Amino acid sequence: MRTRLPQGESELHFLDRLARSTNRRAFLQWSGMAIGVVALGCSDDHNGPGNGDGEVNLGTGDTGVLNYAYALEQLEAAFYTQVVASFYAGASVDEQSILTDIRDHEVIHRDFFRTALGSAAIADLTVDFTTINFADRASVLGAAKTFEDLGVSAYNGAGQLLTDAANLLVAGKIVSVEARHAAAIRDLLVPRSSAAGSFAGDDTVDPTTGLEIPERAPPAVLTAADTYVVTTINSSGLPTS
Amino acid sequence: MRDTIFGSLDPELMNRVESRRGAVSRTGKMAGALALASMPVAFGLMAKKAFAQGGLPQGIIDVLNFALTLEELENEFYVTGLASGGLIPGADQPIFQQIRKHETAHVALLRSVLGASAVDKPTFDFTAGGTLDPFNDYPTFQLLSQAFEDTGVRAYKGQAAALMADNAILTTALRIHSVEARHASEVRRLRGQKGWITGNMTDNAAIAAVYAGEEATNGLPTSNAVTEAFDEPLTKDQVLAIASPFIVV
Repeated sequence: MRTRLPQGESELHFLDRLARSTNRRAFLQWSGMAIGVVALGCSDDHNGPGNGDGEVNLGTGDTGVLNYAYALEQLEAAFYTQVVASFYAGASVDEQSILTDIRDHEVIHRDFFRTALGSAAIADLTVDFTTINFADRASVLGAAKTFEDLGVSAYNGAGQLLTDAANLLVAGKIVSVEARHAAAIRDLLVPRSSAAGSFAGDDTVDPTTGLEIPERAPPAVLTAADTYVVTTINSSGLPTS
Repeated sequence: MRDTIFGSLDPELMNRVESRRGAVSRTGKMAGALALASMPVAFGLMAKKAFAQGGLPQGIIDVLNFALTLEELENEFYVTGLASGGLIPGADQPIFQQIRKHETAHVALLRSVLGASAVDKPTFDFTAGGTLDPFNDYPTFQLLSQAFEDTGVRAYKGQAAALMADNAILTTALRIHSVEARHASEVRRLRGQKGWITGNMTDNAAIAAVYAGEEATNGLPTSNAVTEAFDEPLTKDQVLAIASPFIVV
């Protein structure tokens, strides 16, 4: 199999462009050149704008942790944007109001991180919500619950990875809003209850300690989110403590 | 009981709590005579000194005692409310029982971490000097519940930076912080409010101080949604000013 190079374009430039293209993952599979492309300096250290269908590298230190949060907010914003674009059948006025508010908050969180990170921001992630039935209330709210609970435990785990107090404060400002979301979504599913699945049920708050379920470290969070993300998220540079 | 409480905490924190218990018992022997002579302040200072040598820094102890005071306030509020016959409608009982369960656990957890450095539970007056009647008037009870939960969220957030030197304690505080936010969301919605805070708005001026500064936009163009998307911290002084009408001694 041969690929004709565009007129006047050197092979290296072509590889670089292809590596950044939407088909990068397919390209890597086709070419068997994953290592080679990285060695040519084409992808992993180059975040910035572009479609992230291939791989993004979160980076290191606080910047890496903030990119991690940015990735999660991208995922949530994309999910709720799709929810609000076409509500499931029978969505009540209250449910539509709550989901629209949450959509707005997640988009704001996403844009906040993008602005804060500037040129260090990872590319836009490509998401895959094919496992969610957006026409079905239980599927949508179930996914929302998963995203919000996951987000809370992710931020709770990220706090100790940050070294700058200002970054910790930002994370704190956001995580409690995610927890407010989580409680509201759960209350739509299991209203006015203390049962499992309710706003602060024993499945998410340890009844003996009163603590949120154990914080999750980035690898665990990214594994849980993997179902919904096409882009490969490289978290190898993140701090671990 | 303590072992049960710490069963789900991370090993690092458990180990240090264990070692601190040793420090407490040693200090206890030294302080025994003084305690019999009714000098709790002196005992507290000695205990703190012992901890500072082998355990938590004083700054962290201070934050945890601040948190403990708020948790004691919340716990007694819900315990009293749930014991007030006819106050909380049956349909809402599970919500407040669940919240009470968490606040009781937070008190026990913080006391276990602090050991002998823990402050005493204050004496509370939830009528704020006779001006409120929360245990006979359900709307007032709900209003104060919202105020305490939203204050709790802001209080923990404001102290997080002071816990950065100790990852295990910081993470434990964050795991309380998000639970308070779940409570706040639920109680707000029970009252017909949004689960999140819009600007510095409140439907009742009596709790306006709880929302001072919540209108911050964090550098983004202002909108209701922008202010809702971020919860803002309160300083220790701001929190104590909110709580002080309910604290007798």
